[in-house]
Amino acid sequence: MLFINNEFVDSVSGKTFPTVNPATGKKIVDIAEGDKADVDKAVAAAKAAFKIGSPWRKLDASARGVLLNKLADLLERDAKTLATLETLDNGKPLTAANIDILICANTLRYYAGWCDKIHGQTIPADGTVFSFTRLEPVGIVGQIIPWNFPAALAIWKLAPALATGCTVVLKPAEQTPLTALYIAALVKEAGVPEGVVNVIPGYGPTAGAAITAHPDVTKVAFTGSTEVGRIIMADAAKSNLKKVSLELGGKSPLIIFKDADVDQAVELAHQAVFINQGQICCAGSRTFVHEDIYDEFVKKSVERAQKRKVGDPFTETTEQGPQIDDEMFNKVLKFIKSGKAEGAKLECGGERLGDIGYFIKPTVFSNVTDNMTVAKEEIFGPVQCVLKFKTLEEAIERANKTSYGLAAGIVTKDLNTALVFAQSVQAGTVWVNCYNTITPQAPFGGYKESGIGREMGEVSLQEYLQIKTVTVQLPYKL
Amino acid sequence: MANRNLLIKYTKLFINNQFVDSASGKTFPTLNPANEKKIADIAEADKTDVDHAVAAARAAFKIGSEWRKLDASARGKLINKLASLIERDTEYIANLETLDNGKPYGDSVFDIACAIDTFHYYAGWCDKIHGSTVPADGELFSMTLREPVGVVGQIIPWNYPILMLAWKWGPALATGCTIVLKPAEQTPLTALYVAALSKEAGFPTGVINVLTGYGPTAGAAISSHPDINKVAFTGSTEVGRLILAAAAKSNLKRVSLELGGKSPLVICSDADVDEAVQIAHGAVFNNHGQNCCAGSRTFVHEDVYEEFVKKAVVEATNRKVGDPFADGIQQGPQVDDKLFNKVLSLIEAGKVEGAKLECGGDRWGKEGYFIQPTVFSNVTDNMRIAKEEIFGPVQSIIKFKTLEEAIERANDTSYGLAAGIVTKDINTALIFAQSVHAGSVWVNCYDAVTPQAPFGGYKQSGFGRELGEDSLKEYLEVKTVTIKMPYKI
Repeated sequence: MLFINNEFVDSVSGKTFPTVNPATGKKIVDIAEGDKADVDKAVAAAKAAFKIGSPWRKLDASARGVLLNKLADLLERDAKTLATLETLDNGKPLTAANIDILICANTLRYYAGWCDKIHGQTIPADGTVFSFTRLEPVGIVGQIIPWNFPAALAIWKLAPALATGCTVVLKPAEQTPLTALYIAALVKEAGVPEGVVNVIPGYGPTAGAAITAHPDVTKVAFTGSTEVGRIIMADAAKSNLKKVSLELGGKSPLIIFKDADVDQAVELAHQAVFINQGQICCAGSRTFVHEDIYDEFVKKSVERAQKRKVGDPFTETTEQGPQIDDEMFNKVLKFIKSGKAEGAKLECGGERLGDIGYFIKPTVFSNVTDNMTVAKEEIFGPVQCVLKFKTLEEAIERANKTSYGLAAGIVTKDLNTALVFAQSVQAGTVWVNCYNTITPQAPFGGYKESGIGREMGEVSLQEYLQIKTVTVQLPYKL
Repeated sequence: MANRNLLIKYTKLFINNQFVDSASGKTFPTLNPANEKKIADIAEADKTDVDHAVAAARAAFKIGSEWRKLDASARGKLINKLASLIERDTEYIANLETLDNGKPYGDSVFDIACAIDTFHYYAGWCDKIHGSTVPADGELFSMTLREPVGVVGQIIPWNYPILMLAWKWGPALATGCTIVLKPAEQTPLTALYVAALSKEAGFPTGVINVLTGYGPTAGAAISSHPDINKVAFTGSTEVGRLILAAAAKSNLKRVSLELGGKSPLVICSDADVDEAVQIAHGAVFNNHGQNCCAGSRTFVHEDVYEEFVKKAVVEATNRKVGDPFADGIQQGPQVDDKLFNKVLSLIEAGKVEGAKLECGGDRWGKEGYFIQPTVFSNVTDNMRIAKEEIFGPVQSIIKFKTLEEAIERANDTSYGLAAGIVTKDINTALIFAQSVHAGSVWVNCYDAVTPQAPFGGYKQSGFGRELGEDSLKEYLEVKTVTIKMPYKI
């Protein structure tokens, strides 16, 4: 059901939609389908909860922190249930879902600490005036999240919004509504006042569009494809100029330098692109390898990909589950086809695994060149593309030759190489001798068409705040 | 529930997560100020024990130690855990605090709640202490690292034992330092109990050490120790000088001091007199007047002076003094005979120098260090009771005419801890707030101290700040790292 004003309710239309288990292709359960009318109700609830004098507004900032810590406690208490729900709905291995829930708790605790530390300033302004700024919550925020990390991204969105004192209307992806709804119940159990958090499952073109066009929503935060990001930004422009933050796609380069330990680099590069079934925005999906170690690297990468255990996500040894749905499944296979057609060398994989569920064999292409479709477009599947390079300058130039700019990585022992690369590449996150190392303390987000704004870290709070300058006339200069 | 019949669990020094006797085997008594009787014998630390504690703290601070290897966020979890254990044992700790210090049980409960909030505040800072990357001139990559300053000595007073402990441990633990704490000899009990809780919470050995003992021995050994990187002290200005001198003489350890005050509270002519009387009463009588930022000079505008004095006297006369474990008691005994005598002698000075004794002015009862809530009016700036910190339940009411005059007289002191004003006028409030030389200024309130905003003194009330983001600086060193780049980027 939908979660509005701390209650689970049917959609106004009474309609439902099925959520499917991608490992079996079978329906798990029917979910209430939110549309504009439901979004209107949710926004009205969020607006009432945001009004000065409401229980939420009257709370001490530190009390918001207590609530976030309490929510973290509840997630930890129900970690097993949440992880199981996540694996059922998304298909990721249970071992991975367990980690996601841990990330949820740690993220909540990080933001819990910020609540009463959001400072405005007093300012030495010219004139006989006393000037100061207040950082106030931006208001009612719409949050639209994807299906690849359903619980973790719900928390990535909720935590800073609640820390700053905003109220929320969240739309989880239609493929993965279950953990968001469970978290909503925990939000109520934690003691968050009604109307502060509202969850509306449904589809993008209906519920999502209603959120982005709503005149009372003062900010929208979106994680998903660049294509939909454009639509959201356009909607914001057309409606009420609501603030927009976007976390979109990527085609992130990982550079393996000639001084790298090849075995370590192979494992690092493998995880960088195959983790989460390849369904991660910052996947290291262009693996640039120095010509001196290229052949050895390819050989070992293929061995590693062939050893990757694909299967039932509830089995403890499974490393890779199914892709999320038939649409993504077909899209990935289409990319693989283009790779073959455009002359990349298919080293292993390249097709479906099994008859049931959206499983794809871990696939490695070598001899990939920059102009191939697999080197330019985001595949979002278990497909590694290995490219050859000669010099650092060349690698940097080719790494930057994309409209994306989410992340980048380099494996090297050389200090200068590492620092020059880190400072030259146009990416929001740069990893040196590691990959996908994301922590609540440091900001994450994209350059260029990978998005706008940052999540995590102190700067993420800015997205949910607005600055008010107050200037008071003084009788004389002090 | 208030209950004076407690089992005293911990009476020994706490070093390396263990309770041990002092090296000398000596002990000293801690007394109950309500009946002057001994509560327990406590291990007495001296230089040798300080050496042991510092060695333990140094080992815990070494790179590669369990403490150093923790994620910053993990330190936050430990601090929150400690806070929750204190919360669990609130009743016991409140009774212990009231037994040892004499403050009413309800006050102890409140202090503990504040201590818990303080720990929660600092727990949130642990993984948010940022250095900077810096656009330095040249082909360089420059950044700053903010590192824990090291082994810190902390010496706290007897007026808010557990709360002062929280104010000290919060920032030290949040920044990753290790601690040697000396609680006041009058009130060692709650510090030892919380030390045991810190072990239960899971703090690695050597991170927290508590040495009970006296200032001239254990305290002096701390402030002159060559392997302590920083000392933080709250107490009298007189001892603050000794500590600063010892730091200078030994190893230039960093020093932060939170000392005495003679804080002015200005009641303007537009104040609601009843509200103002309430604010002023609390400002000076809270905690038996044993409060560094007590509003101990009450400046009242001549237009409302008579009415104010009359109502202030009623308030003071109605203040309930008595057994701190009994319901409804607002004021217990002063902490010991030394302070008790000091307050009475200053009251004498007030009488002798010509202030008008409106009420009180004498001991209360026959047993325990109780003093009657005392009000002097017609106090003038040159009297001792207007210049010296009394630290007892004595209100001094002073008349003024204009705001400019009040500001000048408010600032005419070597102290500068706090100040307050009661007014409805926006200009008056802002001018006063910006003109007075005080670390905290309260408008239409007093003693409103919260973990989020800094607290500390101007001038001889101390230097450095506690609470708020600024407090972290005191426990950090800034390291600039500059790396040569092959070319400018």
